[in-house]
Amino acid sequence: MDYLLETSRIGISFPGVKALSGIDFRLKAGEVHALMGQNGAGKSTLLKILSGVYRQDEGRIFLKGREVNFSSPTEAQHSGISTVHQEINLIPTLSVAENLFLGIQPRTSSGRLDWKKIHRDSENILSRLDLRIDVSEQLNSYSTAIRQFVAIARSLLFSADVLILDEPTSSLDKDEAAKLFAVIRGLKRDGLGIIFVTHFLDQMYEISDRATVLRNGEMIGCFEAAGLSRMDLITAMVGDAQAARAENEPSKRRARTSQAPGDERILEASGLSRSGAIEPIDLSIGKGEVIGLAGLLGSGRSETARILFGIDAPDKGDVRICGSRLKPCSPIDAIMAGMGFCPEDRKTEGIIGNLSVRENIILALQASRGLRRMLGREEQAAIAGKFIEALSIKTSSAEEAVKNLSGGNQQKVIIARWLASNLRVLILDEPTRGIDVASKSEMQNLILSLADQGLGVLFISSELDEVARCCGRAAVLRDRRKIGELSGDELSPDGIMRMIAGGESAA
Amino acid sequence: MRQKLPDVLRSPYFWSLLFLAALLIFNILFTERFGVIEVRDGHFYGNIMDILRRSVPTVLLGTGMTLVIATGGIDLSVGAVIAVSGAIGALLARDGYPLPVIIALPLAAALISGVWNGFLVAKIGIQPFVATLILMVSGRGIAQLLCGGQIIKFSDPSFEYISAGFILGFPFSMYLAAAVLAAVQTVTRKTALGLFIESIGVNPAASRCVGINATSIKLIVYAFSGLCAGIAGLLLTTEIRGADANNVGLNLEMDAILATVIGGTAMTGGKFYLAGSVIGALIIQTLTTTILARGVTRPATLVVKAIVVISISLIQSSVFRSQLSGLLAGRGGRA
Repeated sequence: MDYLLETSRIGISFPGVKALSGIDFRLKAGEVHALMGQNGAGKSTLLKILSGVYRQDEGRIFLKGREVNFSSPTEAQHSGISTVHQEINLIPTLSVAENLFLGIQPRTSSGRLDWKKIHRDSENILSRLDLRIDVSEQLNSYSTAIRQFVAIARSLLFSADVLILDEPTSSLDKDEAAKLFAVIRGLKRDGLGIIFVTHFLDQMYEISDRATVLRNGEMIGCFEAAGLSRMDLITAMVGDAQAARAENEPSKRRARTSQAPGDERILEASGLSRSGAIEPIDLSIGKGEVIGLAGLLGSGRSETARILFGIDAPDKGDVRICGSRLKPCSPIDAIMAGMGFCPEDRKTEGIIGNLSVRENIILALQASRGLRRMLGREEQAAIAGKFIEALSIKTSSAEEAVKNLSGGNQQKVIIARWLASNLRVLILDEPTRGIDVASKSEMQNLILSLADQGLGVLFISSELDEVARCCGRAAVLRDRRKIGELSGDELSPDGIMRMIAGGESAA
Repeated sequence: MRQKLPDVLRSPYFWSLLFLAALLIFNILFTERFGVIEVRDGHFYGNIMDILRRSVPTVLLGTGMTLVIATGGIDLSVGAVIAVSGAIGALLARDGYPLPVIIALPLAAALISGVWNGFLVAKIGIQPFVATLILMVSGRGIAQLLCGGQIIKFSDPSFEYISAGFILGFPFSMYLAAAVLAAVQTVTRKTALGLFIESIGVNPAASRCVGINATSIKLIVYAFSGLCAGIAGLLLTTEIRGADANNVGLNLEMDAILATVIGGTAMTGGKFYLAGSVIGALIIQTLTTTILARGVTRPATLVVKAIVVISISLIQSSVFRSQLSGLLAGRGGRA
């Protein structure tokens, strides 16, 4: 049959990396086609090629049977491929109508803007999405969901054949998402081909007809959603190579599980929740335990960590360190109680780039000592020197600006920062992301040896074999909800995937 | 090839000091009687003394401004705060209040102004530029209201000592500036204040994650900047023995910002250099004195000042220097 949009063996490389290769993506008219994959699988790269942001190095693209070569997103849009981005590309301070017609405003015969027509057409196009709002209101007076609809409406103005929705539901609540799905179904009936990117498995099953899965820049396959089991889907996304790799290194994990976890509970969270981030969750970490938080991207892992550490405020629930309750939304309170946090985004929330390695290391300790009790210069140098040596941080000196260090060494500086303060429990959000393979296993060993010294560790990672190898127990999250815990032999990449897939019968 | 530069060239003070030295040497060689220092009544006089004395207000404001800018903020209101503190001081002096009151009330008003700025920026979260613009405009209005739209004159020798007094041959105001500088240097480097200010300026999000309370730090720096403006206000008002709400301290906030930037503290916040800001203030004053002494016509002074300031800023930028040396090398080689 004829496809609406078809790619033939397209590939693209960036300096040093092959980002995509041999992708045969086929979209039919009147279908919702999910694009699935882990972080770095190549989803956004593929979308960028389809929408004219990047030009592929190899392969060809056919739209309605004709070969196309877009040199810009505008060209792609005029040919009928419209994209609605995750961070909506509209102007919040303009009115809804102005946003819809920006750049394509109709004019009257005398050359002035035809406001009557703009408002009338705006209302018409929005009513196609079953949305009746005042189009002369500023866009930012409406909710995220409505803004999303306006973005979709704008793309319909370009008489789109193909609509790309990049994680449209990531900031919507359940009702809003349901409304969006109703709109998507309507557009599907009108014969549009819709490419839908999401991290929510349930939503994929709810709305999609077919799904294409990418992994490491390659196409794993295209599946009929109805006939695809959750297990197969997750295996396709995560890969079973991970499971195999973990099997080769069972010794470390055995050592971890054989060690009787201390009775002393260092961190306890009960009923912790935040709307749009995580459903009520209980967690408990004992002395010397490494507890994993496993789940796919968007499952609420980082959100949980941020609430635990007091960066975001919980709606309900509380966190206790060694029995005493923490003030919500106060990192300094968490630090004083003995918590440390290595955030997922090292650059924006971790390192303080222009300050020296020494200053970065002593900062948390100094913050908990307060303004007045300044650590002396020699004392600072001694602390920095101690950790540079203990964690073998590679830097020209303690006075080097931390931004000049490699990713792995920056990560070590952040860990050193917490070790230097009075640390009882350490939250690590993707501590091995973006660092090279050798540093990765070094980091894992470091975490294990810290736990052996009595530290409680919460270990968050999207690499399931890493979770299985380092953790004694792991809580598994799916779609912003904790669905269970695994320990012992059940804690394997396979076991985690099975648990994530577990909701199959319910779906 | 970062190693090519000797350490002295990488010092944050090198280029501004070099420029100041060049300016002074030029003047000593070509401006008549520039380097002469006379002793009259046991006090030092001369062009150089004049530069030192006249740069005191900018040094005071620059000290506060440096800390504010280091947190990633800006304080546009200092000129207006000068007017407020000057007006209050002049009114009290005219009505014959005792000296401690004449000093304390204006400083308290200045401190409150600073706290207000800090409150808007740190608690309410208004952009520093806008938040301090409020007081920049309204502060001068408040001062005019206080003075009833008139120029208030007073005569109070003990109050006037601030600008007219001498100790060991040097003006009292220089000791005042030195004392403020020494105090700030001590407080920022002997407590963790300096480190926290820089940390917030470099990366506010990460600073929050290490437990630094940006709100209180910002309140402190804006309050301090207000206080510095208050001191400068007393100084300037005693200089003319009156309160001129319209003109006193006019555009001085710009000089203070300029001094800070010339001194090497980046407008984006982060590492700050108090000594650099002092050098910056001296450069600005030397430049003004030079221009006047060389008889550049009044309308042209601002243009000359602008050209010089742009050149200093360019010279301090390592990007510009490497491009320049690339051009000079002729083969497009990058430094």
